[in-house]
Amino acid sequence: MLRFVVRRLLLLVPVLVGLSVLLFAWLRALPGDPARALLGDKATPEAIARLNAQYGFDQPLIVQFFTYVGQLAQGNFGASARTGEPVLQTFLDRFPATVELALVALLFAIVVGVPLGYFAAKRAGGVLDLFAVGSSLLGVVIPVFVLAYLLKIVFAIGLPGLEFLAILPSSGRQDVRMFATHITDFYILDGLMTREFDAAWDAFKHLILPGLALGSIPLASITRMTRASVLEVLNEDYIRTANAKGLSQTLITWRHVMKNAMLPVITTIGLLTGQLLSGAVLTESVFAFNGIGSYLFEAISTLDYAVLQGFILFIAIVFALVNLIVDLLYGVFDPRMRVQ
Amino acid sequence: MTQLPQDAAGVTPTERPPALAAAMAGGVETDEGGTSLWTAALKRLVRNPSAIVGAVIVAAFLIVALLAPVLAPYRPSTTEWANQVTPSRLPAFSPQHPLGLDPFGSDLLTQLIYGARQSLIIGVVSTVLGLLGGALLGILAGAFGGWVDTLVMRLVDILLSIPSLLLAVSVAAIVGRRPESLMIAIAAAQVPVFARLLRGSMLKQRGQDYVLAATSLGLRRRSVVMGHVFPNSLGPVIVQATLILATAIIEVAALSYLGMGSPDPTVAEWGRMLVKAQERLESYPHLTILPGLCIAVTALGFTLLGEALREALDPKTRK
Repeated sequence: MLRFVVRRLLLLVPVLVGLSVLLFAWLRALPGDPARALLGDKATPEAIARLNAQYGFDQPLIVQFFTYVGQLAQGNFGASARTGEPVLQTFLDRFPATVELALVALLFAIVVGVPLGYFAAKRAGGVLDLFAVGSSLLGVVIPVFVLAYLLKIVFAIGLPGLEFLAILPSSGRQDVRMFATHITDFYILDGLMTREFDAAWDAFKHLILPGLALGSIPLASITRMTRASVLEVLNEDYIRTANAKGLSQTLITWRHVMKNAMLPVITTIGLLTGQLLSGAVLTESVFAFNGIGSYLFEAISTLDYAVLQGFILFIAIVFALVNLIVDLLYGVFDPRMRVQ
Repeated sequence: MTQLPQDAAGVTPTERPPALAAAMAGGVETDEGGTSLWTAALKRLVRNPSAIVGAVIVAAFLIVALLAPVLAPYRPSTTEWANQVTPSRLPAFSPQHPLGLDPFGSDLLTQLIYGARQSLIIGVVSTVLGLLGGALLGILAGAFGGWVDTLVMRLVDILLSIPSLLLAVSVAAIVGRRPESLMIAIAAAQVPVFARLLRGSMLKQRGQDYVLAATSLGLRRRSVVMGHVFPNSLGPVIVQATLILATAIIEVAALSYLGMGSPDPTVAEWGRMLVKAQERLESYPHLTILPGLCIAVTALGFTLLGEALREALDPKTRK
């Protein structure tokens, strides 16, 4: 088990090295010189020269590359050109918010998507099946930020005549008048730990709309994957055997069907992390939610290269780690895949 | 019952070409006793209702996009009615402007119609570019194998470790804010997907008998790869391209929304139209809903068609 984890982590190294080379090359390939990109068009030649010396942009490329790698190894990912905040610190500060949002989105998608997919497969071709397939298609084709807007109009701002539906907050992570104590920066968890239950409830209310919007992406994939996978398992011989020997339906459903059908679904969930993080960029910006997504959104619109570079690298690491955890979870569902 | 004679009619032993002839003819795969793969797939396709719905939507989209100058009442991106628009108020719908004006003082209906054209151009060009790039890498990896394969696939792995939207953003940042940067960015994000798909597909074909036949006939490797392996690997790639067109249309909107693409804010592009609409969400929700609906319906059309195509070509679903 430990050896497997270590080996997987080691396999991550070449990908990360390659990625940092790519990101380095990317920064070099940007139009204009980096100092001008950082300082803007109105920079004086002296300021540019100073910055060039400060960041070592006047050194040969190969020297610059090793300096860059050395800094990465020391955990120095540079600072935002816009705010001056160090990139790593900002990422860590804002990461809990995005994790909280992504978990709510994923939880919503699993709680709705798995039963929906299961019953759709049980009654394949029926009304529920049509509904499940249809609604999962809608999740695929509606851009997440459009859905986010629509939810915001109806449930936070209020349409004329339908104002009574607008009961949820439209932006932020928590009511600013709520002087909540924060320990972990996971606001719901903080509220529960400090017994400030009104704060936890308020944080949860702020998560509902962005969670629903972001959750529409994994919901579609999870529903379809569960449906396809359950359909396949239901046709297996061992299900017929289980039925023939008179096992209870509950036992068959949980021990035989679901346990076998969940494997591909778990893989899907791992692969969805990338989409969740991309989706967070758009969702968080619509709801002014202070996670890494909304920060990335601003970095993108102002072309804040240090932030883009650092965040992309961190996101790739998170993506890889989530997929490692997913691989380890396989063992829980399938003993053949259990890592020795 | 009506299917039986149809299928039976196609089965005539003489129509089944020998493996050698198939190899010479470019490896046309035969299936269902004499009906070609594509003919059989087409037959299954027209029996599938969701394929019909998808095809109708795609056809309507293509007509609107191609005939935009004829269908649209005005020219796109004109701001000639800007004096009727104030920061807080837009004029009501009128016979001259059935969907009213947008916040820049352009006719909304015209902008929506030309938006279809913009989506089509960006979607198709980026998918073709992505396909070409992916094909180049995939052919390199799939045809040579060995260290070329390892090298190419590691590069693909690295690219796949970045969420596609962020990859597109990175590329768009290099290209700068130009109208064509969206196409290049979306194409770049598709390259690793197509590369991996094509490589897998080619590896599967490489072990087939017709490749052995062609090689033993003394054909050079280049003509075996280009004339036989590559065309036969295209099936899953064409399906993927249809599905990716849907993704591309959504990603165009997302990138426009992020401020990439044309620096002109009045450009008739669905995603870009949503950005300005955001400020008027409360008072004029139709500014958000209409372009959003256009994106969703178009993406739905390509998705339905792509999925139906996949089902039709998938040997597992053949009856």
